[in-house]
Amino acid sequence: MFDEMRLGDRARQPYEAYENWFHSQDPARLNEKSQDAEKVFRRTGITFAVYGEAEAAERLIPFDIVPRILSGKEWRRLVQGIEQRVQALNAFLYDIYHRQEILRAGRIPKEIIACNEAFLPEMIGVRPPGGVYTHIIGVDIVRTAEDEFYVLEDNARTPSGVSYMLENRETMMQLFPELFQKVKVLPVENYPQLLRDSLAAVRPANCDGSPSIAVLTPGSFNSAYFEHAFLADQMGAELVEGQDLRVVDGRVAMRTTQGYKSIDVLYRRVDDDFLDPLTFNPDSILGVPGIMDVYRAGNIAIANAPGTGIADDKAIYSYMPEIVEFYTGRKAILRNVPTWRCSEPASLSHVLDNLHELVVKEVHGSGGYGMLVGPAASAKEREAFAAKLRARPANYIAQPTLSLSTCPVLTEKGLAPRHVDLRPFVLVSDRIRTVPGGLTRVALKEGSLVVNSSQGGGTKDTWVLDD
Amino acid sequence: MLLGRAANGLYWMHRYIERAENMARLVDTGHRLALTQTGTASDEWISVLTSAGAREAFEQEERPHDTASVTDFLLRDLSNPSSVMSSMETARTNARMVRTALTRETWESINEAWMALRRMLMRPVDERDLPAVLDAIKRETALIRGAFHGTMLRNEIFDFAQLGTLIERADNTARILDVKYYVLLPSVAWVGSPLDNHQWQTILRSVSALRSYRWIYEGYEPTSIADYLILNRRMPRSLAFCYRGICDALEFLAEEYGARHQSHDMAAAKREKLRSASVSDIFEEGLHEFLKDFIRDNGALGDQIAADYRFY
Repeated sequence: MFDEMRLGDRARQPYEAYENWFHSQDPARLNEKSQDAEKVFRRTGITFAVYGEAEAAERLIPFDIVPRILSGKEWRRLVQGIEQRVQALNAFLYDIYHRQEILRAGRIPKEIIACNEAFLPEMIGVRPPGGVYTHIIGVDIVRTAEDEFYVLEDNARTPSGVSYMLENRETMMQLFPELFQKVKVLPVENYPQLLRDSLAAVRPANCDGSPSIAVLTPGSFNSAYFEHAFLADQMGAELVEGQDLRVVDGRVAMRTTQGYKSIDVLYRRVDDDFLDPLTFNPDSILGVPGIMDVYRAGNIAIANAPGTGIADDKAIYSYMPEIVEFYTGRKAILRNVPTWRCSEPASLSHVLDNLHELVVKEVHGSGGYGMLVGPAASAKEREAFAAKLRARPANYIAQPTLSLSTCPVLTEKGLAPRHVDLRPFVLVSDRIRTVPGGLTRVALKEGSLVVNSSQGGGTKDTWVLDD
Repeated sequence: MLLGRAANGLYWMHRYIERAENMARLVDTGHRLALTQTGTASDEWISVLTSAGAREAFEQEERPHDTASVTDFLLRDLSNPSSVMSSMETARTNARMVRTALTRETWESINEAWMALRRMLMRPVDERDLPAVLDAIKRETALIRGAFHGTMLRNEIFDFAQLGTLIERADNTARILDVKYYVLLPSVAWVGSPLDNHQWQTILRSVSALRSYRWIYEGYEPTSIADYLILNRRMPRSLAFCYRGICDALEFLAEEYGARHQSHDMAAAKREKLRSASVSDIFEEGLHEFLKDFIRDNGALGDQIAADYRFY
């Protein structure tokens, strides 16, 4: 097991300065600071709702005060890999909604697109403003050894969590100002400005001057509402709901106290299915009737574009090495986790035979729901899951349980290792923009590999050193 | 530029903060009377319920008009949309919805008030703790107002918030006066006659105006009290004061947007009436009729503002 902080009896190089500082601290004071952090989050209202809990009270995502630290060198290598990946994702999306060269070349099977719910026929032949499909991507990365990073998922639809990246840093700087004097950490605070610049760069061709930008939220009861409000606020954009919007004279417009004002760029945090009741789910009240017509006419930019889900689908994921190579002409810098597609009979039988050491996921699932972690499951749970697998094999993929790296968290008994992952955020428009950092999620239960906040995971501040 | 939904959120957020504060004052007054006049305590609670516009809802269930059940209904009951806890929930939900329009200080003051009051009102309030709880409500709402006035830019956001506060406050003052006059002045013949000081003080106390009243007037004459609460433009809870503020806010909006609406005319007419009327005119017209009309028109102004500024 690879621990990111400690190697044998000494600290790994990126953690040296932090560890020195840590050992000079009074443990009681650190525990107090840890409680202060919780108060800050509650007062600020950085909370989320958990679906499926009646009377869902607002909950905090637990925050751990020990940072996750990457050296500049480690980060630069990750960035290369991520940039290559998001270029490939956008090229793939353009291709899949136009000439489908990759299917003609036989590099991925046609059925996987044709029978995929995430593929939107409405997007065929549509060229989004700026030619960009997925503008905001959160690539989930895990580490298993010094030089081994794997991409777990490409969140290319509406990745969330960036507000935690920013608030975690803000909180750390409030709690430990002196620490930031000792350790030079690259700043992340310009992310909202970069997001604004990036969105402005894909404004429709007919928009001259400063574009009107809005963030579309499902509303204040959505689990990620805090983030929607936070980003709109920080960008100086309007925070709108479906009920504020309608199509007026061929433009999407928001109802203001002085009448309807048109919008040029919409950063939507509403799923495809709810975006336009005239095109997709007719019962949706979260979207805007007719927005797809405006979009197809090139009169609004939507980030991320409708139909991007086809690129981060778990069935597509297993083809990412081929996709990266097909569009960039080079091997993928970041590795994929080896993946068995249960739709293939040989893979299915392998998966059924080795369920006790695999992680099985739903192709369209997210948030850690509907998955089986083989080594942690009981024989009975595995049996029940095997039945589901046999019934709908194409609905599942399986991966080996990776030995995720650990990073220490502060517990009442001192530091203790817990498994972590990393979600850096990337912005794509006229160019690619990244901030040095990301969201580190941590499984707070000892030994647990599930880092999702909906399943009891926490977060850490993520440092990239200025070295 | 402000979304119509955001203007609506700001307006109602401030109405409900004001309502929570007024409710605490009303309960405070009722409690004082219940303590001092044991014989008529239930009458006093009935008049508090009526002033709060909550009597009908309260009486839908069989329960005594005593301190425990009335205060519980007015402070904690979430089935009563105007209880302090309901008001704070609604105010915070609206604040969350418009949080991009609020300064961090304002949002945090509301969020903290909500957390503190929720903790305090989680269980029924013991009568011994009632004064402390009522103080806490008044203090928390004062902190919100302080953060708001101290940090918010005086723009359209501020104006819509002011409109909510002042329309709610005017409604509240008019109701208290209307209900109390029924209790205190059963017949017109009583007008002008000296009354039980204690009863009169309760009206002033319920709008936090007891001390300031004595700075200006001598003796508790019905006409003086009506003059103070209706026409005195320096008294921050009087109808005239509220309408001056309402007109100011609407004028700022007209200037900023370069457009006037029907609500401007409605508010200006009411303000003019409050400026030119004398208290004897009002008593001649009939105080109850005057207040009834006022409450109706004040509500209509709120609706008109919502229509003029596209709240929905």
